[in-house]
Amino acid sequence: MEFVNPEGLRLDGRRPMEMRQLRAEIGAVARADGSAVFEMGNTKVIAAVYGPREVQNKSQQSNDQALVRCEYTMANFSTGDRKRKPKGDRRSTEISLVIRQTMEACILTHLMPRSQIDIYVQVLQADGGTRSACINAATLALADAGIPMRDLVTSCSSGYLNSTPLLDLNYLEDSAGGPDVTVGFLPKLDRVTLLQMDAKLPVDIVENVMQLAIEGCKAIATYIREVLLENTKQLEYRRGL
Amino acid sequence: PSITLISAPEASMDSRLANTWRPTVNEKKFIETALASNLRIDDYNRKPIEYRQLTINFGRQLVQPYRERPNEGTMSIFTEFSPMADPSFELGSPGEAAIELGRMIDRGLRGSRAVDMESLCVLAGKLVWAIRIDLHILDNGGNLIDAANVAALAALLTFRRPECSLGGENGQEVVVHPPEVKDPLPLIVHHLPIAVTFGFFSTENTMVLDPTHSEEAVMAGRMTVTVNASGGICAIQKAGGVGVPQREIMRCLRLASQRAGLITKTIKDAVEVFNKERASRKIKRHSTSVAATVSVEDGITSLREGPHRQEKSNSNAEQTSEDSDSDVVTMQEKLSSEDVKPPTLLTDLAEPEEQQTSRVKKTTKDAVKSKKARTRGERRRAPT
Repeated sequence: MEFVNPEGLRLDGRRPMEMRQLRAEIGAVARADGSAVFEMGNTKVIAAVYGPREVQNKSQQSNDQALVRCEYTMANFSTGDRKRKPKGDRRSTEISLVIRQTMEACILTHLMPRSQIDIYVQVLQADGGTRSACINAATLALADAGIPMRDLVTSCSSGYLNSTPLLDLNYLEDSAGGPDVTVGFLPKLDRVTLLQMDAKLPVDIVENVMQLAIEGCKAIATYIREVLLENTKQLEYRRGL
Repeated sequence: PSITLISAPEASMDSRLANTWRPTVNEKKFIETALASNLRIDDYNRKPIEYRQLTINFGRQLVQPYRERPNEGTMSIFTEFSPMADPSFELGSPGEAAIELGRMIDRGLRGSRAVDMESLCVLAGKLVWAIRIDLHILDNGGNLIDAANVAALAALLTFRRPECSLGGENGQEVVVHPPEVKDPLPLIVHHLPIAVTFGFFSTENTMVLDPTHSEEAVMAGRMTVTVNASGGICAIQKAGGVGVPQREIMRCLRLASQRAGLITKTIKDAVEVFNKERASRKIKRHSTSVAATVSVEDGITSLREGPHRQEKSNSNAEQTSEDSDSDVVTMQEKLSSEDVKPPTLLTDLAEPEEQQTSRVKKTTKDAVKSKKARTRGERRRAPT
């Protein structure tokens, strides 16, 4: 199947280095301390953050840092065929673990000992790149909750089909069986925090594909910063400053 | 001025989560400062000296293939972290670490197409072989992923599946030949994806290869690279943790490619030794068996077995020293390039045979519980 046609356009009309349209909204869940909706093309994800609050399970409490918990679920209606078990299956457990460790690395947990931060991420529409959208949404939600972080974590996926590195795969490109690289990046510190890859690739191509994903992450970081700035302005305006 | 954490699991045996062993602050500092001055508790770039075993048990049966891949066999990986290996593991449903381990090995094997799945097809769209890999962790010395990966590969290389042929009235009946009638076939493995794990620490640019248990507790981030001997990267997993600059990552990738060649050679040598022993054992084998016929009628798979076989299998479940569908491979991990000890063999002495029976029994029971229909050739071993 041809994923990049001779004119250089992909299945949905994008160029290989073009990302899907981004859209973010802060404060979607009123009850949560922080929340955000993040859309990357057709992939839509909602994140809610509760915390820092008292640890519910005292045996897990840590005296010198905050406990970070994360739960990743996919809504039944998020994929084409209705899913049977939205959470608790192996893939969701793994992704929950991955997101938790990614956010844990950038939250300044030592500032909030004996407390707990809960991150709940749910996928409302899945069209490839759900992991990345979840991390981006979680970053926004954490910022909305006012939780101190070292840096924004942004994430983007990339792949390699028809001998072309492609940025931000959608579901069709993802399920094509080619390599799928997801990168979580700290833009200010210039560090890679999350890196997952499957399917075979030689080392130098891995470098190219990873570099492309990092560029995508930087672009997302710019967008997220704009959104946060806009949100702060709105808050100021509402408070009459 | 931080509080010393007491690592005394006995004291807090009652609260389950406090069983997670946390190193004392002093230990932590010691390891970190040692690493800063380029020392390591045990040697750098060598597999830890601690004796680590992984047992792989194999089961396979004929199943219906997945809808979207009617021509391929299936492979599933199950991990079991027993508390025997490490007090922080709990019985019951696998925790996060177990699932992550299983999925990483699965990605390495499946995504890179190491095992040829299409050769496992018996009747397209109806019957394919399903391979089940059970990983039992016996002793946790750190870096379970690498060890589990090596064990899984060794098991895949030494596995033999029974040959089957189509026959019967309309060519729809599949006859599975027991190993005495026809030699069982090995799996077709294209290449060996080897997992190499790196540990990152919070002090700048400190990276270790193949972290031990103590280092794992202290480290701030980990990355596993699955690479084959020809330099193709099969999978990378860096699940969060401390941020690492991109060039460090590329350096790790290249290091991993180098290591993979070494480890591949070790595995191949060990497998060869094992195969030779197995071939020499074949001559002593004495067998009674009944071929099991599997027929497919309107998509319903029914298993017709010889009448006496049914009772035999029940009563012999205890006695059969080796179930024909499990290969136990015990590998001692020591990667000094010169001496590689051959894997402990199954019928060398009577003593280990007993131990091994009980191990096999345990997994056979589990396997039996979850399986619907099985094809089994029966093998009775001549007492050595």
